[in-house]
Amino acid sequence: MDFIIPLLILAIPLGMFLLLGLAGMKMSHKLAGVLGTLGMGTVLVLSYFTAFTYFFSGNPEFISEAGVRLQSVIFNQEWLAFTPNLVISLGFLLDPISAMMLIVIPTISFMVHLYSLGYMHGEKGFQRYYAFLSLFSFSMLGLVVATNIFQMYIFWELVGASSYLLIGFFYTLPSAVSASKKAFIVTRFADLGFLIGILILSYYTQTFDFITLTSDPGAAFASTAGATFMGGSVLTWAMVLIFTGGMGKSAMMPLHIWLPDAMEGPTPVSALIHAATMVVAGVYLVARMFPVYLAVPFSLDFVLVVGAITALYAAIVACTQIDIKRVLAFSTISQIAFMMVSLGAARPEFHECLGYMASMFHLFTHAMFKALLFLGAGALIHAVHSNNYTQMGGLHKYMPITNITFLIGCLAIAGIPPFAGFWSKDEILVAVYSYSTFWGVWMTLVAGLTAFYMFRVYFLVFWWNEPEYHHRPHDSEWTMSVPLIILACVSVVAGLIPFGKFVTWQGHEYIIHMNWVVAGISIVVAVIGIIIAGVLYLRENDRPKCMADSCRWLWTAAHHRFYWDEIYLFITHKIIFNGICRPIAWFDRRIIDGTMDGFAIVTNKASYAIRNLQSGRVQNYVLVYLIGALLLAVITAWCLA
Amino acid sequence: MESVGSIIMYLIIALSIIVFSVLTVTTRKILRSATFLLFVLFATAALYFKLDYEFLGAVQIAVYAGGIVVLFVFSILLTSRPGHSSEQLVSRRRVIGILAGLATLVVAGGALWSRCSMALAQLPAMSNPDMKLIGETMMGTGDGQMLLPFEAISVLLLACIIGGVVVARKR
Amino acid sequence: MDITLIYYLVPAIIMFCCGVYGFITRRNMIAMLISLELMLNAVDINFVVFNRYLYPEATEGMFFTLFAIAIAAAETAIAIAIIINVFRAVKNVDARDIDKMKN
Repeated sequence: MDFIIPLLILAIPLGMFLLLGLAGMKMSHKLAGVLGTLGMGTVLVLSYFTAFTYFFSGNPEFISEAGVRLQSVIFNQEWLAFTPNLVISLGFLLDPISAMMLIVIPTISFMVHLYSLGYMHGEKGFQRYYAFLSLFSFSMLGLVVATNIFQMYIFWELVGASSYLLIGFFYTLPSAVSASKKAFIVTRFADLGFLIGILILSYYTQTFDFITLTSDPGAAFASTAGATFMGGSVLTWAMVLIFTGGMGKSAMMPLHIWLPDAMEGPTPVSALIHAATMVVAGVYLVARMFPVYLAVPFSLDFVLVVGAITALYAAIVACTQIDIKRVLAFSTISQIAFMMVSLGAARPEFHECLGYMASMFHLFTHAMFKALLFLGAGALIHAVHSNNYTQMGGLHKYMPITNITFLIGCLAIAGIPPFAGFWSKDEILVAVYSYSTFWGVWMTLVAGLTAFYMFRVYFLVFWWNEPEYHHRPHDSEWTMSVPLIILACVSVVAGLIPFGKFVTWQGHEYIIHMNWVVAGISIVVAVIGIIIAGVLYLRENDRPKCMADSCRWLWTAAHHRFYWDEIYLFITHKIIFNGICRPIAWFDRRIIDGTMDGFAIVTNKASYAIRNLQSGRVQNYVLVYLIGALLLAVITAWCLA
Repeated sequence: MESVGSIIMYLIIALSIIVFSVLTVTTRKILRSATFLLFVLFATAALYFKLDYEFLGAVQIAVYAGGIVVLFVFSILLTSRPGHSSEQLVSRRRVIGILAGLATLVVAGGALWSRCSMALAQLPAMSNPDMKLIGETMMGTGDGQMLLPFEAISVLLLACIIGGVVVARKR
Repeated sequence: MDITLIYYLVPAIIMFCCGVYGFITRRNMIAMLISLELMLNAVDINFVVFNRYLYPEATEGMFFTLFAIAIAAAETAIAIAIIINVFRAVKNVDARDIDKMKN
């Protein structure tokens, strides 16, 4: 395949970022928005073309005689050649998962660009917003097509930076500023682990290249044999540390605290970055390195356990949140945890790593319906000017399009056939059950909770009791409705895609067999969740209140997200600040600064003391000169004598 | 053995140099100070004559006595107001001055003392340097001849003329 | 009695010391300049006397004195130009009043 089109996929968003970032302030809002959207539209077409070429052209570059999909490096440009062993390249890797991401990212990104034309209309810094969106699209595309782990790391950080910029977009709001700082700092800690992991890995394998690493992990890691650190093999440490980076980006426990706060950003940004694309980077990372993870079963178990705990935690918290975007945020955390669990449960002996395929499938469908839900939430917020559903209710009368699309999104995430979420979630549950019944039951429970909390939101917003509206809410203009409708259609049909033909472990075609036992259980659980939600929230009543009162402590704890933020605050403020930072600050101020200040004070005092020598009086100067001259004469004479 | 006239001549010169030097720096009227300077310069010129440097003595009188002192007198008349020509010396400052002068004296005297043999050299015979020799030395470029310093002085004087005009012109 | 070299040097030294004293004590800038002339003159005498007594065949001492006189004249002219200029600015020729480079 020619390298022009893949290169353009990366170059257009970057160019658009530079154009809008540098010249945007000279443009009108409309021009900047249309330019950004058109640029993204071009990328959409090009990346669809690339992905379709990859999947359907039958080119031997992409698919072998036996029908195995291959990893294909379109180009790989040497970029930083530090030493013969340490060479960092930038390239474009096409394989099933990157081709899939080439569909997901531009689709969502384009929808968000289009949607933002209406949603962000008239906001201050509109051009800046589009510049940042382009930067984000560039970074995310660069991340998924990375040919080596270092390129991935570079774009990983770029994605984090653009996320930071977009969360803090309303930089006059203190909450937005602190949210962006929080996101940046938390992911920074995670990325530290990622970097250390990369360094360990590349130190032992002498390569960054994904294909070299993943095609034969056994050979690549031969040199790590016997190297252990604190009871774990070096490779285990490296993989767990790399996964730490993924935990930060994908908001796994205990590094999840930034994601709910990240909802301070504009809602389309939440849809794009904090629901559909960036936060799944962690899943993508694990999938990308999956053969290596397979070589270290412990690290996969770690992924599984972290994912499972996070999924349950986030689902419980989502049931008690009041802010509609926070509910969606916790739902996102929970769904990403599903993907993680699925990856963690994937083993070659269970349906040829069904979990890998299921995870990618869920990533794909989740991106679509979660973006739909966020954009729908954006439309709601736009209509009633509040994030809290206490200010909403009965909206089905006023906003039919939003109502139907949001309902489709909810059904999709709840896992009701034939909507997208059902198919992918079902695959995940099959994979998890085949690995361990315990975790299977656990995840089924979470799936039921998912259905419950999503329909809780749905009923509270669109039914329940109608509050006093200052002005009549109505459906949004076409730039906002069209993306909703498109994404709703995709959410309906995406599950019917024979995903096993495209994205599977090692590229073999995998025929999805429905396991109707598992599917039946999950449907039943989901329906039960929906029915409970309906009973509690369809009409206004005091049953929810009674329920909350019946176990007040649990409700309060969940409402406060089980006090994770408080724990973090306690650890940072009370322990780290007092125990470490204060002594360091004291040392810095008293000893280091003190030394420097001491120099300054001594100099100052000395100059005051000798200031009178520079009086400007000629005669004083002469006197001093004379003394000097006489002394010199005496000394000379004395030395000569 | 010097002639008596020579000795008397020397005594007059030496005494007037010492006395008038002291008076120059101790008198409180600035115009008198300039006048005593003139006498010192005359005595110096006499000293040059006595040492057989007639041309030098003539230059001393012409340039110093004729030029510089006149310049001094003019500038004094330009800058000092009548009746305000005297200045009160602070005693502390005077003590410092005396100490500085004495220190100089001690160091220079010590230097002289340490070269006793040289200091007691007799006056050798010397032919009076005539004008031809002086002119050739000034204009020659040979060994021990002084065209380069002469030209340097010329440039210096030119610079002084220009500088003087620039500094003193009315703004 | 022979008039040896030292007989000429002693008045020169005294003249020089008077110059030093005057330069340090006098407040009037013209008086300071006069003291300066005294010192210069003392040095001139030194040159001449050493030339005459120790190297009677050479002429360098004499020529140095000659040049020194020329330079002294130039220096005096410039100094007086500056003093008059300062006088125009501060209406004074007291050295204590001109301890600033720029007013």
